[in-house]
Amino acid sequence: MADIKLVRDDLRPPEEPPRRHFISIQDVTREDVERLLATARTLERAMDREVKKLPTLKGRLVINMFYESSTRTSSSFELAAKRLSADTMSIKAAGSSVDKGESLKDTAITLGAYDPDLIVIRHPQIGAPHRRPRVTQAHVVNAGDGKHQHPTQALLDLYTINEEFGRVEGLHVAIVGDVLHSRVARSNIQALKLLGAHVTLVGPPALIPRGIEAMGVEATTDIGAIAGADLVYVLRMQQERMAEGANYVPSLREYAARWGVTPERIRPGQKIMHPGPMNRGVEIDPRVADHVDALIETQVRAGLVTRMAVLYDLLTSGPVGVPVEAAVGVA
Amino acid sequence: MLFAKESPKQDLVIRGARVVDPVEGVDATLDVRIDGGSIAELGASLDANGHRVVEAEGLVLAPAFVDPHVHLRAPGREDEETIASGTAAAAAGGYCAILAMPNTDPVVDSSAILGALVEQARATAEIPVGFLAAITKGQGGSELTEMGELADAGAAAFSDDGVPIAAPGLMRRALQYASITGRPLALHCEEQSLSRGGHMHEGEVSAELGFTGYPSVAESLMVERDLALAVYEEQPLHLLHLSARESVEALRRARAAGVRVTAEVTPHHLCLTDEAVRSLDPNLKMNPPLRAEEDRAALLEALRDGNICSIASDHAPHARHEKDVPFEAAPFGVTGLETAFSALYTYLVEPGLIPLDTLLERLSAGPARAYGLDEPRIAVGAPANLVLLDTRASWRVTETGFRSRSVNSWLVGKTLKGKVALTVANGRVAFEA
Repeated sequence: MADIKLVRDDLRPPEEPPRRHFISIQDVTREDVERLLATARTLERAMDREVKKLPTLKGRLVINMFYESSTRTSSSFELAAKRLSADTMSIKAAGSSVDKGESLKDTAITLGAYDPDLIVIRHPQIGAPHRRPRVTQAHVVNAGDGKHQHPTQALLDLYTINEEFGRVEGLHVAIVGDVLHSRVARSNIQALKLLGAHVTLVGPPALIPRGIEAMGVEATTDIGAIAGADLVYVLRMQQERMAEGANYVPSLREYAARWGVTPERIRPGQKIMHPGPMNRGVEIDPRVADHVDALIETQVRAGLVTRMAVLYDLLTSGPVGVPVEAAVGVA
Repeated sequence: MLFAKESPKQDLVIRGARVVDPVEGVDATLDVRIDGGSIAELGASLDANGHRVVEAEGLVLAPAFVDPHVHLRAPGREDEETIASGTAAAAAGGYCAILAMPNTDPVVDSSAILGALVEQARATAEIPVGFLAAITKGQGGSELTEMGELADAGAAAFSDDGVPIAAPGLMRRALQYASITGRPLALHCEEQSLSRGGHMHEGEVSAELGFTGYPSVAESLMVERDLALAVYEEQPLHLLHLSARESVEALRRARAAGVRVTAEVTPHHLCLTDEAVRSLDPNLKMNPPLRAEEDRAALLEALRDGNICSIASDHAPHARHEKDVPFEAAPFGVTGLETAFSALYTYLVEPGLIPLDTLLERLSAGPARAYGLDEPRIAVGAPANLVLLDTRASWRVTETGFRSRSVNSWLVGKTLKGKVALTVANGRVAFEA
């Protein structure tokens, strides 16, 4: 019996023109980040108006594919697209063909038939957004892929830090908690390093991945190490990603006692951030979460304008296109 | 122990090749005459005797390769590979014999299943193929297979490849009982409580990418355990697809102490490190995983000095739709039969990391010895098992070029140096470029 080759190399479509995507902090330069932050600042000023909708992306289609539950990220992407007048569609794994076992590839091909300009994807598996550019013509934005990357979170965190400190360069940031399961930690380490911050990781031994120092950070199990930081970035304990019986820590009680960020462990003036959703009383004491030095609400607001900036940047031609100030009518 | 379809033995004269047989100590420009499938004469300017003549000036003629570790996917996943397609792929890779692993569906754990495979091989195998049978029923790790009957039915050796034998007590019983068959146990060494959930080597790259790590110690701990049991029972062992420096160190210590242990390494573990996984290409996902540069260096050193005596492709075909998914969702395994020599020539011989004759020995006599098979050799009277290699030719690996039914190769799109021009397996021309 002759072998059947389903796709012959010579029947593949010719190489497509390169598209710009926002998939990993690894892929962007300091200039890219600074441009995105500046765009976000301009857009934030436009958000002070009574009518907040801008016509910039009128007629563009943005599809949000969320294969994992999300409140902040999915709502802010949806609102960001709407504020820029793009058409939006949201596909969630539950209730879609994904429930019927359709593969990521086939779903992307189906949605690709609507000729979207941009696809935002969140997926529980590392590298899922990297595979999309191969089957669609759209720009792709990674809204979180497994434990790998969450680049728009890193961007909104940089934005928040910049607003608070006026700089990122030279700051000492302590990232505390479950680094192992955290895409937020990985993209934030890269983003903070890119802009010249000093990063210390603090957490239980099994939740600090072996080899992480190669990313240019210090790692310690001693919670006392947060004392010297300008900013304490508290990670969520990701109980849903922990395998049964893995014993990363003996109990949440023990975790909270040893690594919980409590008022006693921070000093006045130290700023606190958390990507949400918070487990109050586990990784963060409620008194810290609600304290005036906590920037958590600012982070959520920053999420909207930075995601608007990402959509704007990818769907206009970026640095050589129409200056954002002119496009949105802000002097 | 090896089975292939009946085919007429051939007459052939191969003229003017550089004949390299590291075991026979031959490295000279010679003509080789094959009469009725056996090597009849070696010498200068041999008469054609009416035989077909292959002009091979500038090419290397070597003993054909033996692959001790192939997944033919029959029975159960004939969409991925069959005995016919897998042996055709092997012939194109320069092999004259391959051994197939028993982790099929159903598992090769009874003489009935083995017998059906032997029959199929006799009808369809392009080159001789041998079959390993499972050590435990269904590779379930709890009950030994009937190794005596399986050996009588033609099992080449025994292995639960793909899964380790978790319980030391059962491993001991397997070593004891296998001794009556005279066939080695081939062990997949993995302590699963350390590797569970792991998708790649645990180290700097996994830390950055976020993958759950599969640490080196998950392999080396099991290697140490199995060696300790082999010492205690005074039985031989073959260690499959070693990947970690610590495993190589354990192997060296055991061999120095006189333990009868052989080992194999794959082309991908010799050519790549975990750095390659940064591409997130599922065709770089295999078990054991690609490890760090120091591991690669240790494997290469052991291959050079002979402590690792064999190169195994661990050819593991997978359906396109099962591999074309995010890395974590993809099954372990890559194909390799058709690219092993070229990849090793390109990445190891050309840069001077290993001499050609050493590579040829580890691809042929080394694995044959490990499993007690006849070593292919270039000597008068020997059956013709020959591979003709064009070490000057470059070629681009494409999905359409494979004889295998699967295309999950890490080399697709790469240009390689060194190409198999002709394979003679058991006296028959099995492949011609």
